[in-house]
Amino acid sequence: MTSMLKTLSRPFVAKSSGDLARLGVLLALAGLILFGALRYDNFISPFNILSFLRYNSMFALIALGMAFVIITGGIDLSVGGVAAMASVVAAYLSLYGWFPGLAGGVLAGLVAGSINGVITTRLRIQPFIATLAMMLAAYGTALLLANNQSVSVSYDTAFTMIGQDDFLGFPIPGWIAGFAYVLGWIFLERHPAGRHVLAIGDGEATANLMGLKVERTLFAVYALSGVLAGLAGVILASQFGAGQPTEGVGWELFAIASVVVGGTLLTGGSGSVGATLAGALLLAMVFNILNFENGLGWISLSAYWQSVIRGVFLLIVVVLQAGLMKKTEA
Amino acid sequence: MTTIETSSPPAVRSSRVNAAKLLSRYGTFAAFIALLIFNLIVTPNFVSWQTLNVNLTQVATIVIVAVGMTLVIATGGIDLSVGSLMAIAGAAAPMIFMGQLLPIENMGILIILSFILPILLVMAFGWFNGFLVTRFSIQPIVATLVLFIAGRGLAQVATNGNLQVFKNPDFQFIAMGRIAGIPAQVVVMIIVAILAHCLIRYTVIGRQIIAVGGNEKAARLTGIPVRRVKTFVYVISGALAGLAGLIVVARNSASDANLVGLGMELDAIAAVAVGGSLLTGGRANILGTVLGAFVIQLVRYTLLANGVPDAAALIVKAGLIIVAVFIQQRADKA
Repeated sequence: MTSMLKTLSRPFVAKSSGDLARLGVLLALAGLILFGALRYDNFISPFNILSFLRYNSMFALIALGMAFVIITGGIDLSVGGVAAMASVVAAYLSLYGWFPGLAGGVLAGLVAGSINGVITTRLRIQPFIATLAMMLAAYGTALLLANNQSVSVSYDTAFTMIGQDDFLGFPIPGWIAGFAYVLGWIFLERHPAGRHVLAIGDGEATANLMGLKVERTLFAVYALSGVLAGLAGVILASQFGAGQPTEGVGWELFAIASVVVGGTLLTGGSGSVGATLAGALLLAMVFNILNFENGLGWISLSAYWQSVIRGVFLLIVVVLQAGLMKKTEA
Repeated sequence: MTTIETSSPPAVRSSRVNAAKLLSRYGTFAAFIALLIFNLIVTPNFVSWQTLNVNLTQVATIVIVAVGMTLVIATGGIDLSVGSLMAIAGAAAPMIFMGQLLPIENMGILIILSFILPILLVMAFGWFNGFLVTRFSIQPIVATLVLFIAGRGLAQVATNGNLQVFKNPDFQFIAMGRIAGIPAQVVVMIIVAILAHCLIRYTVIGRQIIAVGGNEKAARLTGIPVRRVKTFVYVISGALAGLAGLIVVARNSASDANLVGLGMELDAIAAVAVGGSLLTGGRANILGTVLGAFVIQLVRYTLLANGVPDAAALIVKAGLIIVAVFIQQRADKA
């Protein structure tokens, strides 16, 4: 109860183990950027930065939705499948223009996310199972709609602009992700409903007794995660010119890893939007650096090392987190 | 016992409760029988050795992994790394019997080592999972996520992502061979299931697994070595995943680190859920898990044999999982 009150009335800057972890991820990201900038010639070139952001915006969007779900103490395993399904829907609707494509993909995500929300709150099935089933159903739907093939998008409409073009010299997917993160940050840190999300993660029963609308908030969080996964699917289809029913495998785990690396505990009740972005960028940058390192010609690490290195990153972070948790408990 | 039963709740409620209990206890079995009857009537050529063979060999590896998963879930944990561990064992075995790793000439010894060493290797990884869970109190889903991501990468790095093609009847006996007319992998599956069933039913560690999952604090207070029990289940889960990995590569005459065991964690968890073990722990229904895997396999086969695309089978599987878990929870609350 006291921790619950603390969460609700917490000042915007608080000293806790989570903040230390968040500071850690920012330092690690800064260190990695510095390392890359000093070591490689074109690392901080506009081309590398912009293509990095263009490609990784999808993952950042999914990680944002995942962060909200995890803060409530839940999990969403369906995001990869939902993104694949949304990419197929968007590809079909891109015939009618960029907006129907975009809206259709987002709507597909919203429907899937809402079903997740209903199954977890009404049937009271654990989020892990509910979203696991949704992942299977979303892939099934995507494959059925697409006839087991990738679906080419229309190049006659402006649909491919969403993923490929720039606006004011900055990639459009980057704008979308940036906008989503700013909204997410305002919502979580400055809006009462965002504080409710944190309170529910701290203790559902207590939040209920305090009169917070737990079910409605949980439903909204899963719907939001679905919408963001749908948006990522739209960008996927637009960027690669096709709706891809088999893409997105493992995205959910990448998103979970981003959130965890960003210092959000899987037990819920705390978390930060900014640190999640840093976590997603950190994991993505591992791959970027690996490419540059190979380009130097000294070593030739296969692309397969990236998953090993990502796994080691995740390991270091969770072990450090566990250590910090023990210290603050003591 | 009888005194407890005489003070039963009012009739209306108890009949509903009984329905839920019955459904949860025999629902999977009933679904299995219903599927069999449906196929007997509708699917052409259902009664044939080939149908039996196809279904049994396809389900064998899922059952083997799902049995390990049942033990992990019984302690309240989960093991996401099984698919990656399959890939590691599947990559290691051909490297050993093709003589790339060890300077041993004797083929017989190499074959034996190519069974033992990969499984010992993945048991070590399973121990590592258990170590993270018990030593650092990291949630199982995160702790095993580390090897889910890194494990397949290790297998890919070791093989450079290349397909290892081989032809080795001695090694491949585990998948291709027959024991008394029964495919060897099916025999392995049956042995694994029986051993695990006996482990849970008749051994001290089996009862301790249930106790830890039921109430960890109480288990610790009664002197159960909680950490050791938890580590044990992850080691076993790793060993069984390794065994399944060996069977898969032996069956394919090839090892592809990118594909071996891909998505297996989901199939195994689904089998456990449909089989009626509560995912919150404290229960381990091995026979239920076997039946759950059979039901999922048979649903897929039924749909495929009747011209329904594989993609639709995914949606049916999703519905099946939700319904099974929902019934379980209802029965448990009652």
